[in-house]
Parts: sequence; structure tokens; C-alpha cells
Amino acid sequence: MIRRHPQIDGQGRLRHLLSIDGLPKAMIERLLDTASAFLDVSDRTVKKLPLLRGRSVFNLFFENSTRTRTTFEIAAQRLSADVFNLNISASSASKGESLLDTIDNLAAMNADLFVVRHSQSGAPFLIAQHLDSLGKDVHVINAGDGRHEHPTQALLDAYTIRHFKKDFTRLRVALVGDILHSRVARSNIHALTTLGVPDVRAVGPATLLPGGLEAMGVQVFHDMREGLRGVDVVIMLRLQNERMRGALLPSAQEYFKHYGLTPEKLAYAAPDAIVMHPGPMNRGVEIDSAVADGPQAVILSQVTFGIAVRMAVLGMVAA
Amino acid sequence: MSVERSESAQSPVDAEFAYARLFEQLRTVLQDETRTPILVGIHSGGAWVAERLHADLGLRSQLGYLSSAFHRDDYGSRGLPINIKPTILPFDVDAADLIVIDDVLFTGRTVRAALNELFDHGRPARVELAVLADRGGRELPVSARFVGAEVALQGIDQLVLSQDTHGHFAFRLEG
Repeated sequence: MIRRHPQIDGQGRLRHLLSIDGLPKAMIERLLDTASAFLDVSDRTVKKLPLLRGRSVFNLFFENSTRTRTTFEIAAQRLSADVFNLNISASSASKGESLLDTIDNLAAMNADLFVVRHSQSGAPFLIAQHLDSLGKDVHVINAGDGRHEHPTQALLDAYTIRHFKKDFTRLRVALVGDILHSRVARSNIHALTTLGVPDVRAVGPATLLPGGLEAMGVQVFHDMREGLRGVDVVIMLRLQNERMRGALLPSAQEYFKHYGLTPEKLAYAAPDAIVMHPGPMNRGVEIDSAVADGPQAVILSQVTFGIAVRMAVLGMVAA
Repeated sequence: MSVERSESAQSPVDAEFAYARLFEQLRTVLQDETRTPILVGIHSGGAWVAERLHADLGLRSQLGYLSSAFHRDDYGSRGLPINIKPTILPFDVDAADLIVIDDVLFTGRTVRAALNELFDHGRPARVELAVLADRGGRELPVSARFVGAEVALQGIDQLVLSQDTHGHFAFRLEG
């Protein structure tokens, strides 16, 4: 039996946002268009819209995050929602409460929307299916689950690319670094290929690239200079320090030598290429300060656009 | 862009006639009251009417655009509309003399939402309303000072404005 993806309801509306995989192109484009309409709210005399007035948004971060949680909080507040931040890792979960018991308790507090980050891949799916099976009218947004997906990051990255490059169908985009452990990379690959980017590349050492990339329509490069040749967009990925402690990499210095984005390596990309990074950056590990602070970096624009994109997601799922 | 001109059998309002009347009302009033108001069109139909009036009246002031999407009271049942066009107010809203323009005045809910949007940007000195057609059926205390045509429509038919490549208007019934 083919089960319907729980994020789209029977009328084709976005009910939850759980993954970019399975999200139709038209829905992604509509989210980006809606975000565009929300972008100027920060410039108004009244920096709030009433769409989610009276609704309760619970930020459930089972894993630490500052940027994502804060931008979701700002986005929800700009839409007039009541926002509750729960640092679950320091509360019930540590006392042994199961995930779904935690969810049931919070749903009993009349939550309308859960923004969920969890170290386990698939946790937001489980929560959404659980709530749907109980007939609860509660929406779930995946704010990053394990190695699986980080859909709002991919949407804000797509928004940033569209803002600077306009047309997806002529672009060369390189994702560089730890693709293997990166939910950002996985969501980005789905988003970029769905939006029609003809040339998506993954650049990194063999130990940090998963199998099956070619089947997703991605070209694989181990030589960074070759991988960056002629690209319009460079998406750098954060190298998590714990990877260094395992056997995957020799040292930060060695990694920087081969895969750190320096002005010299960036020169292989198109002259007007933009440089993106989901943050937080490790300067001197995956990116050189001269690039991070240079004219081609659009990293802070990503953060600004992230608020409008998250407003669009909240506004579309919560209707 | 394909253009659908209304059939006479379907068209209870001659949009070009209504436009001519609306233009004449505004021209006379602006002359008599020696005002230089700023026209603000509500997307989408109202924006077309505002653009044409702005050109035909020879106004030098900036033209504004209002979206009603973010303040609609049917968000909970209908969600966000597709293709939300942005509010553009390239002037200081505080103390401004404004004429808000829409194509069709019906329940008054769109105007209410547009006014809320406007006040998110400041406190205008005066806001008046001009519409191409007033079809009655008000559910809120809203009325227009300038009205191109009045028509009573029964049922839930939508009176929809279209504009051809020459800028001419036509109404058709939908729903």
C-alpha cells in the first residue's frame, strides 16, 4: 500500500513541513513566493502581522540550536503567535519520559504548532503521524532531524539563490564538505534538483561523502578545485568537530588545506559566484575569513531571509 | 496574456462606462478641493484602476499599492492566497492624504483588511475610498465616496475585473 506523505493533506495543502523530499516543485515555489511577500515586514512601523494571533507555537528543541530556534521564534512572533521555547534535553526527556508522552502532554496544553529539532532521523515524522492518528489539529515543522533533513534551511538557501541568481535552470551549484552527516546537504540536494538546477555537485573527501549521490542526480568530486570550476553557487557545510575525533579526518589543518574555501580556490568558481554557509562557521577549518567576510559571501543575507522563509512556512501550514 | 472580454449577456456593469464616471468624479473633486492626494490601489484589480487613474489624472504624486492578504479574516478557512503581491508605499504614510482604490466593493472585508495593512505603515491624515463598482451586500460599515457604478447582484457570483493589453477594463461574472 502506498501511504500518502503526511505533510500534504487530502486537498493538496501543506499540513506539516517534514522534508523537502516529496515536496512538489509548485509547493516549494509557492513557499518562496510567500516568503518574498513577508520580507518587508521588518521594515514596517508595526512589525507584526495578525495571521497566527491566538495560536500557540511550541519550539521543541531536543537538540541544541541558537540560530534556527531564534529565527523560528522571531518568525512566529512576527505573525503574532504566542511562542513557548522548551529546552527538552534539560527537562522531561532526561527524566525518562518517552517522546510521544512528551508530545501528548504538550498537545494537551492546546498547542497549535510544534517546531521540532531532534537528533533522531524521522522524529518529526513520528510526531506528525502520531498527532494525525489522534485526530489532533496540530501542525509539525521539522527544524532538523538527525542526518535526515533540515527543510527550512534548504528553503532559505533556495530563496537566497533565487534572490541573487534569479533562474535555477542555468545554475551550477557545489555543496562542499561533510555531506555524509549533513541534513542540510540532503535537503538542499532535493530542493535544488526539484527546482531544476541542472548541475549539482558534492565536493569532499571520500570518507565524508555518502553512497548513492549519483542516483540523486549529483556529480561527485574529491578535488575541490575541479568541483568548484565554473560554479555559480558554493554552499559550504560546517565540519563538526566530533568528526575529527573519529577516523574520518586526520586534522583540521589537513582538512582546511584540501577543502577549506580560500580566495585561491574560490577563484575557480564563476567570477560572480556567491558563497553560502548555514552556520555556525568554523573559520580556518572549512572557510577562510577572507572569503567569509568577502564580497561574494551572502551568509548574513541567508539569516535575514531565513526569518521570512520561516514566516511563510508557519503561515502556510497553520491555516 | 489572454484577455477575456465580458459578453454583454453576462456583463451587468460596463466597466469602461464606470471608469469614465469614476474618473470624472475624481477630476472634479481634485480640482474643486485643490488637493494633491496620493492614489493607493488594492491588489490586483484596484491597482490597475489606480494606475490608469494616476496616468489619466496626470498626477505627479507617487502611486501606492496595498495587499489585503495578511489581514484577511478568512485566513483560518482559506489559508494564504497564492501569488501575494507586495504592499508598496513609496512615501511617508504619516499625515498623508490618500485615496484608496479598489475594483469592486462588496462585503467591505477586503477594504477593512487593506486599511489594517495601511495602518501598519503609519497614520495617514485622511483616507477616502474610490471603487469602480459597488455591488452592495455590505457586511461591515464601509462606504466609498467615489463610485463608478452601482449594481445589485444576487447570490454568490463574483464580479471579476480584467484588463486588456490596451488598458481597457471589462467585468465578468464567476462562480
